[in-house]
Amino acid sequence: MIVAEAKTLEEILESLQGMSKVLVVGCGGCVSVCLAGGEKETGILASTLRMKRELMGDPLETVEETLTRQCDPEYVQQLAKKLEGIDCILSLACGVGVQFLAEQFPQTWVVPALNTLFAGATMEHGLWEERCGLCGECVLARTGGVCPVIRCAKSLLNGPCGGSQNGKCEVKPNECAWQLIYNRMSELGRVELLLEVAGAKDWSKSRDGGPRKMVREDVKIDG
Amino acid sequence: MEKRESGKTESFYPKIIAFCCYYCAYSAADLAGSLRLQYPPAVRMIEQPCSGKVDIRLLLQAFEDGADGVYVAGCMEGDCHFLKGNIRAKKRVNAAKKILDKVGVGGERLEMFNLSGSMGPRFAEIANEMTERILRLGPNPLNTARAERATKGEEGDPK
Repeated sequence: MIVAEAKTLEEILESLQGMSKVLVVGCGGCVSVCLAGGEKETGILASTLRMKRELMGDPLETVEETLTRQCDPEYVQQLAKKLEGIDCILSLACGVGVQFLAEQFPQTWVVPALNTLFAGATMEHGLWEERCGLCGECVLARTGGVCPVIRCAKSLLNGPCGGSQNGKCEVKPNECAWQLIYNRMSELGRVELLLEVAGAKDWSKSRDGGPRKMVREDVKIDG
Repeated sequence: MEKRESGKTESFYPKIIAFCCYYCAYSAADLAGSLRLQYPPAVRMIEQPCSGKVDIRLLLQAFEDGADGVYVAGCMEGDCHFLKGNIRAKKRVNAAKKILDKVGVGGERLEMFNLSGSMGPRFAEIANEMTERILRLGPNPLNTARAERATKGEEGDPK
């Protein structure tokens, strides 16, 4: 899941300067699960903005809508009929959703209400942690299901650095990813797998290779 | 009725919404009535199946719709009929208070109280306490802003 968090009220207000009618769009996908941009959060934000702008002497009208997902054209198109008289769309989706709305509605100004943080998981209600670096070449088979690319601060692929002390990372007070990997491999009796030296990783499959695209001819409907 | 209209400082009498848990505050209000205890008519009660039913949206909506004060009354901590509803309500009330502070309405206008069904006198005390607090704070700034805007509109001012 993509994990995101709300921008500050000041930042959102600044991006809505001069707008008098705003379409506030929530997303029922990942940001709904991480309690940042679902129907409830959309309602809270819209209400907050209306009250704040009323007290600023510049009332704001809002239209609220929460789509099943903002990263699918079939759902995004449902907004087309709601755009009349709208000065701007405020999207509570991740960066993908915001860009998708901007692409689908070229004549409409679109601004984000969230900061997109990472690909992660819910550890408990109210706590989310990063788990995948989206590197494009998964190494989890060699590391016992613990990702050194994203969970090691330095993305080291052949064991811990000198900053690993008592199982903790020197960069942040997290568990050292390589300590976790070693512990798990020991428990599973597969420590010898760690003796295999990993060669240089092909980072061109990650963000270093520029924006990525995936094509699957077998599932394409047209063409 | 003129006396009770919110937004007019000179004749201000607050509108307070009380979201009351069926298992405690609502029964306590009933008991307060049976005991013939007086509490201010400023308080309008809304029955909830549990204080945990209260949502931040609901609290904000009450203020947006013109309430001068809002409170949530749930069971004593540890005594919730649904185990943790009142603890969750407390967290939501605190989150809504922060929003109200940022917005400028003021988090002090919102409060969470805990009482049991047998605490009729405490229910009346809470209603008095909240009414006094809101009388001290004055009308909901949103009501004042709207009233000012309406007056300006009547005078032909564009805003």
